[in-house]
Amino acid sequence: MHGTIIACHECDLLQRAVALPPGGVARCARCGAVLYRHGATGLDQVLALTVAGLILFVLANAFPLLTMRIEANVQQASLLSGAWLLADQGMAGLALLVVLTSAVIPLLKLTLLAYILLPLRLGLPAPGTARALRAVLALQPWAMMEVFLLGVLVAMVKLSSMAEIVVGPALYAFGFLVLVLAGITSSLDPRAVWDRLEIRR
Amino acid sequence: MSAASGLSRPPGLGAPAPEPGPAPTAAGAGLVSCHCCHLLVRPPAGGADHAACPRCGAALHSRKPDSFGRTWAYLVTAVIFYVPAMTLPIMTTVTTFGGARKDTVLSGVYYLLTTGMWPLAAIVFFASVVVPVLKIVVLVLLLLSSRHGGSWRRHDRARLYRLTEAVGRWSMVDVYVVTILVALVRLQALAFIEAEQGAVFFAAVVVLTMFAARSFDPRLIWDQKSESPS
Ligand SMILES: [Zn+2]
Ligand SMILES: [Zn+2]
Repeated sequence: MHGTIIACHECDLLQRAVALPPGGVARCARCGAVLYRHGATGLDQVLALTVAGLILFVLANAFPLLTMRIEANVQQASLLSGAWLLADQGMAGLALLVVLTSAVIPLLKLTLLAYILLPLRLGLPAPGTARALRAVLALQPWAMMEVFLLGVLVAMVKLSSMAEIVVGPALYAFGFLVLVLAGITSSLDPRAVWDRLEIRR
Repeated sequence: MSAASGLSRPPGLGAPAPEPGPAPTAAGAGLVSCHCCHLLVRPPAGGADHAACPRCGAALHSRKPDSFGRTWAYLVTAVIFYVPAMTLPIMTTVTTFGGARKDTVLSGVYYLLTTGMWPLAAIVFFASVVVPVLKIVVLVLLLLSSRHGGSWRRHDRARLYRLTEAVGRWSMVDVYVVTILVALVRLQALAFIEAEQGAVFFAAVVVLTMFAARSFDPRLIWDQKSESPS
């Protein structure tokens, strides 16, 4: 890999790739953009995180996030119930955006990664690996679970004066899922996958 | 890589680029760097704009297509939507003990402040009020300076671009707050919360500014006048 000529994706400068020490980051000589990171952790760790992420995703959606109690009234909320109620109030577009960014896209990202990495681990890239990885990279900015978690925190504070709020098991699963997704983003080196795909000439 | 064999020595990573003379760029060498997998490709004779990357299959472009026009269009729409997003209520709270109360983005921040959680109020104020404005201002600045600014403070402009891409997503926080409040506060006899139109405009501003940041091509910051974007 090192010695290859690469172009910076932010300023187009041509430069020669160098080998990196573990944990090292290669930055563009002109604009300072991160060109690539040392893929020390390898794809196995990403695959492990992906499997953990899929399990946490199921837990995060199977249980209530928060429970509210006012006097004798008890109300539970989950991610999907919130979106469902928004749609019910005539806010279908908003509901769709919430479901996409906080559930569908993160799930799609995890599923596609499992589809890419599992066959690669067994030595043979699955058909459509390039297309799947392209989708994963394009979807990256639209998976917003960490922002959703901040939203839950703000909502809890807003309601704390009005009612008693009990944290549900899904919130813990959500917290761990956010950590796992951050771990995937920082340890996935797309070059490690691209390098194993053939170039059609 | 055979495609780059015609080049004189490009600078190594970490070494400063040689100042005199134009810096060697992919576009300058007649090459295209794939937007998706960053493979360096020599485009077919007919031009790069209808070819696909031989490795990942993405469409090849030397620069993002129509970057100026698209980014301006998203920004103008975002500015128009920002007004109702800030002035219209994003939700209504109806309680038997307090009547109906309409909240805008700003009054929601003020309410957080009154609960005594000022760090959280500061985060929400920054994410939902400051960040969208900042993104729009920075992108307008980048568009104007890419057209007319030449080599003016390129490193700072590159840094600003990276910042706008990184913080933009956090503006979504108020949309999620409304969703959770709607899901939780629905005790018909005591209290319930409904989402209002302001939330739709607000979400639209966030999405539009994200599209704007993604359609801007940071390479335009560095392009010399001679190799104007295709
Ligand atoms: Zn660069
Ligand atoms: Zn490609």
